[in-house]
Amino acid sequence: MEKPFYIFSNGRIRRKDNTVFFEYGDSNDESQEEKESKPANRRAVPVETIDSIYLFGEVDLNNKVINFLGQNHIPIHFFNYYGYYTGTFYPREYAVSGHILVKQVSHYVDPGLRFAIAQEIIQSSNHNILKNLKYYERRYGDLSGFISHIENKNREMGSSRSIEELMGFEGQIHKRYFEAWNKILKSETFLFDKRTRMPPDNPINALISFGNSMVYATALSEIYKTQLNPAISYLHQPSTKRFSLSLDLAEIFKPLLVDRLIFSMINHNQIRENHFESNLEFCYLNEKGRRTFTEQFDEKLKTTVKHPSLKRNVSYRQLIKLECYKLVKHILGEEEFKGFRMWW
Amino acid sequence: MTLDQQLKHTGTLVNYYFVCKRKLWLFAHQINFETESDTVALGRLLSEISYDRQKKEIKIDEMISIDWIDFRNKVIHEVKKSDKLEEAHLWQVKYYLYFLESKGVQGFRAEINYPKFHKRELIELIDSDREYLKEVIKEIEEILPRDEIPEKVRIPACRSCSYFEFCWV
Ligand code: SF4
Repeated sequence: MEKPFYIFSNGRIRRKDNTVFFEYGDSNDESQEEKESKPANRRAVPVETIDSIYLFGEVDLNNKVINFLGQNHIPIHFFNYYGYYTGTFYPREYAVSGHILVKQVSHYVDPGLRFAIAQEIIQSSNHNILKNLKYYERRYGDLSGFISHIENKNREMGSSRSIEELMGFEGQIHKRYFEAWNKILKSETFLFDKRTRMPPDNPINALISFGNSMVYATALSEIYKTQLNPAISYLHQPSTKRFSLSLDLAEIFKPLLVDRLIFSMINHNQIRENHFESNLEFCYLNEKGRRTFTEQFDEKLKTTVKHPSLKRNVSYRQLIKLECYKLVKHILGEEEFKGFRMWW
Repeated sequence: MTLDQQLKHTGTLVNYYFVCKRKLWLFAHQINFETESDTVALGRLLSEISYDRQKKEIKIDEMISIDWIDFRNKVIHEVKKSDKLEEAHLWQVKYYLYFLESKGVQGFRAEINYPKFHKRELIELIDSDREYLKEVIKEIEEILPRDEIPEKVRIPACRSCSYFEFCWV
């Protein structure tokens, strides 16, 4: 079974034959004592078991290893010192279908076709947001006002005619949704004031940003396994800076993969103030915080549910790939795209 | 495409034609999906058929492995693990013989060995096979350029098909 590898320590990745060696040096946060008590770590990983690599530490890679990972279709996601996503080494596509590319593009250039997909993405996302709120309404109460407000907006959104209008509703819905977080989160440290992105200014924004970039990178890894071109998107404007189809998919999965995780980690005191570094202007997760979050995120991706039509257990991560399949079927004109809506 | 690539490619198409027309169409449109069940699947993803030059064998779907052609005795040797010869597989082998003939290499037959069952089977191409294969290839050529994806039909082969999730999600 292939799995993602997350590297937090500083060190080096090497290739020897068909094996990738992760050589861990010192961890950023470790004290001198910890460093000395630990022998140099070297971990051998057969290349077939690697799905993708997430690099958080300062890691040396030479072109030999990059070529090798590229040949084996392994994307590498890079994050900078503050844990911000910086980019992906997206190996040459191996799953290319001219037929699908043409169809994918034609669904972008026709405004009606593009809009239909964009709307379905937003509506799936809203459904999943409401699922979260309803879950916490059952547990803590006090959220029904937010729920009905969002349900109304969702209904109004049905009459949108353009992607700008959709985005407008999406903004209003998210604003309300984030306000509801203050009723869900049982911690003084993590009060939600307003969403700031670049850079995040408080712990909760830092968590959201980090979580979202993890979903983005994960979605990209899944798209890579299909014939879809990651640069052609429907809800988001195709962008030169990002593989925007990943943003489209992330929209659907953030409520399940990030928001739920944040709620439970904060309420179970798994993520705490000392997992962050901050000053007046910005705030970011430190290495310990990133490790803790990523561990839980990875667990989340491995969680399985019985899929109603496949009648097989699928992991949350596989759900993202299934979303790609559904998009492919949609653009091939076989079945209308029905976005993932939490059914449990 | 080189000759052996073409042989492999069309051999796979013939095989899929008998398994499922949709599978045939998807494969021909370069829509291949990785199955994540195990590492064997990764090898399969890289090439549905791998041709090992050293061993001179053709592997298809990990199901059959054909020793490359014994030119002296004019036999295609093949080893099979299970005792069943599926229709798709049978016609694939017959296609190899047909292909050789069409290249002017006459008089070949195929021998399938079932070592586990101490059994072997000879396959020869007869006139009615040639006619039939001609039809099959014509039909394949007719299906491939279609813009529309052939409808899915639930068959036993779906269970282990690499398109399972794609088709049935
Ligand atoms: S899953 Fe079934 S219908 Fe789909 S391609 Fe495979 S055999 Fe054909």
